[in-house]
Amino acid sequence: MSDLPTFAPPVTPETKPFWDATAEGRLVLPRCTSCQTVIWYPRTFCPECHTEGVEWIDATGEGTVYSYTVTHKGDGPWRDESPYVMAYVELDEGPRVLTNIVDCDPAKVSIGQRVSVRWAPTDEGPAVPRFAPAP
Amino acid sequence: MTICGKASIAGAYEHPLRVIPDRTVAQVHADVAVGALADAGLSMDDVDGYFCAGDAPGFGGFSMAEYLGLQLRHIDTTETGGSSYLCHVGHAAAAIAAGKCSVALVTLAGLPRSDPASMMAGARAMFAGAPEAGFEMNHGMTIHGGYALAARRHMYEFGTTSEQLAEIKVAASHHAQFNPDAFLPKAVSIEEVIESPLVSDPLHRLDCCVVTDGGGAVVVVSPEIARDLERRTVKVLGHGEAPKHTNNGRIDLTHTGAVWSGPRAFEEAGVTPGDIDYASIYDSFTITVLETIEDLGFCEKGKGGAFVADQGLRAPDGRLPFNTDGGGLCNNHPANRGGMTKIIEAVRQLRGEAHGEVQVPDCQLALAHGTGGSLANRMGSATLILGQEDA
Ligand SMILES: [Zn+2]
Repeated sequence: MSDLPTFAPPVTPETKPFWDATAEGRLVLPRCTSCQTVIWYPRTFCPECHTEGVEWIDATGEGTVYSYTVTHKGDGPWRDESPYVMAYVELDEGPRVLTNIVDCDPAKVSIGQRVSVRWAPTDEGPAVPRFAPAP
Repeated sequence: MTICGKASIAGAYEHPLRVIPDRTVAQVHADVAVGALADAGLSMDDVDGYFCAGDAPGFGGFSMAEYLGLQLRHIDTTETGGSSYLCHVGHAAAAIAAGKCSVALVTLAGLPRSDPASMMAGARAMFAGAPEAGFEMNHGMTIHGGYALAARRHMYEFGTTSEQLAEIKVAASHHAQFNPDAFLPKAVSIEEVIESPLVSDPLHRLDCCVVTDGGGAVVVVSPEIARDLERRTVKVLGHGEAPKHTNNGRIDLTHTGAVWSGPRAFEEAGVTPGDIDYASIYDSFTITVLETIEDLGFCEKGKGGAFVADQGLRAPDGRLPFNTDGGGLCNNHPANRGGMTKIIEAVRQLRGEAHGEVQVPDCQLALAHGTGGSLANRMGSATLILGQEDA
C-alpha cells in the first residue's frame, strides 16, 4: 500500500455521504435526481441542469489513466515523497478525477492504462481514493 | 457597444529590479504606479479609475487606493490570476467608453523571491476554502505538476516533443540576452533545456518561468486625454476573456480558454491572427505558450510543436515574434503573475521602443495574452489586441 501523505479531508453536510462511504471502502458518486448526470467533484448542486438534489450511487472503482506526471519536486509534506505519480483517472462512470497512481513503478505508468481504486486511510475515518494498475 | 479605438494605453512601466528584499508589496505597487504615470505624462491626481488583483495587499483595491491617496469614481478588482491585468485593460477601456472614468491606473506587484512564505500562505488560504479542496488536497498537486499533466496529454494526442517545448525557452532566452534587466540573460540551447532536471515529467527546470520580485503598471486613458499627451500612445482595439473550468469532470487538458477569448478579441478588433506583427504570450511554462498559440489560431490545433520549431518565435524574423523582453521564462514573472509584463512589452513594440535587436520593424498590431490558474483545468484566459497610435 501507498504511504503518501494523507490528511483527513474537510467533511461538510454536503460531502458527508461521499466520505462516509470511503470509510467502508466504497467509492460513491452523486447523481442528479433531475437529469441523472453523474457529478464531479462531489456536490449537491447539479452543474448541468442547475438544480439541487442528488442520490449517491456506487461506482465500480475502475478507470483509465487520462494523463499523469512523475513529480520530482513536491511541495511541503510531498517534498520527501518525490518522485510520485499524480494523475487524472477517467472513471468508468465518466468523470476525470485527480488522484495518484500507486503500488507500481512510476516508469510503468501510461495513458490509457486500466487502473482500480486503492484506499489510503486517514486518522479520522474517511479514506482517500488512489489508484493502482488493474490486476 | 465595442471598445475598439475608444481607449489608449498612455503609460507603461516595469519595475527594473528582480530581487527587492527591502520594500513592501504596497511600496512596489506605488513605485510602479508613479513610474507608469510619469511615462504617460500624467499625475496621481489625474487618476479616476483604479484596477488591481489578488496581489494587492490587505483589502486590495481599498487598501491601495488609500495608500496611494487616489480619489476614484471607478474601481475594479477582477481576480483571474495571471490574466487579471489583461482583463483590467479591457474593463478599463469599457469603463472609459461608458464614461465611468477617463484615466485608469492598473498595478501589479509582489515579492515571491524575497518573501515566499507569505505568497504560499495566501495561496493555501484561498485553496482551503474552495469547494473542491477535500477532493484535491491529498494528491501532491503543485503548480508545475498541473502544467505537466497538460503537457503529457498534449504529447500523447499530438506527438509534441520535449525538444519542441524547449524551442520556446530557447527563443525567449535569445531575446533575454538583449534585456539588461532580465533575471536570466543567458541564451540556452535545446540540449540545455532537456538536460536540466525534471521537475514534473515531462517538464524540466528550464521549461519553467523565473520566480522574481517586482511589478508593473499601465495607464489607460480616453482618446481626448491621449490626444493631448506628448508620449506615443497605444490603442486598445479588442479584448476577450474566458474562464475555463473542469466542466463537471470533463477535463480537457489540451486546450485553454484562449479558444474563446482569442476569437472575441480578434472580432472586436476586426483583425485575424495573420495580421499580428508581434505577440506577448503568457509563458509560465513552455507548454503554456504552445497550447495558447494553437488556441489563438496562429496554427492548427496540435501543430504548435512544428510552429515553434526552427526559431519560429524568434524576433524579428520568426513566424511569430514573441516575448521580446525574454518573457516570464527568462526576464520577469513578478508576483508569480506574468500578465502585466505581457502588456508592457507589447506597448514597447508598438512604440518602437523594444531593444534594437528584437524590435519588429514597423510593428502595427500586437496581441497580448494572459493565463491564470492551472492550465486548461481551472483557469482564466484573456486576450488583448493593441495597435500603434496611428492604427
Ligand atoms: Zn441535473
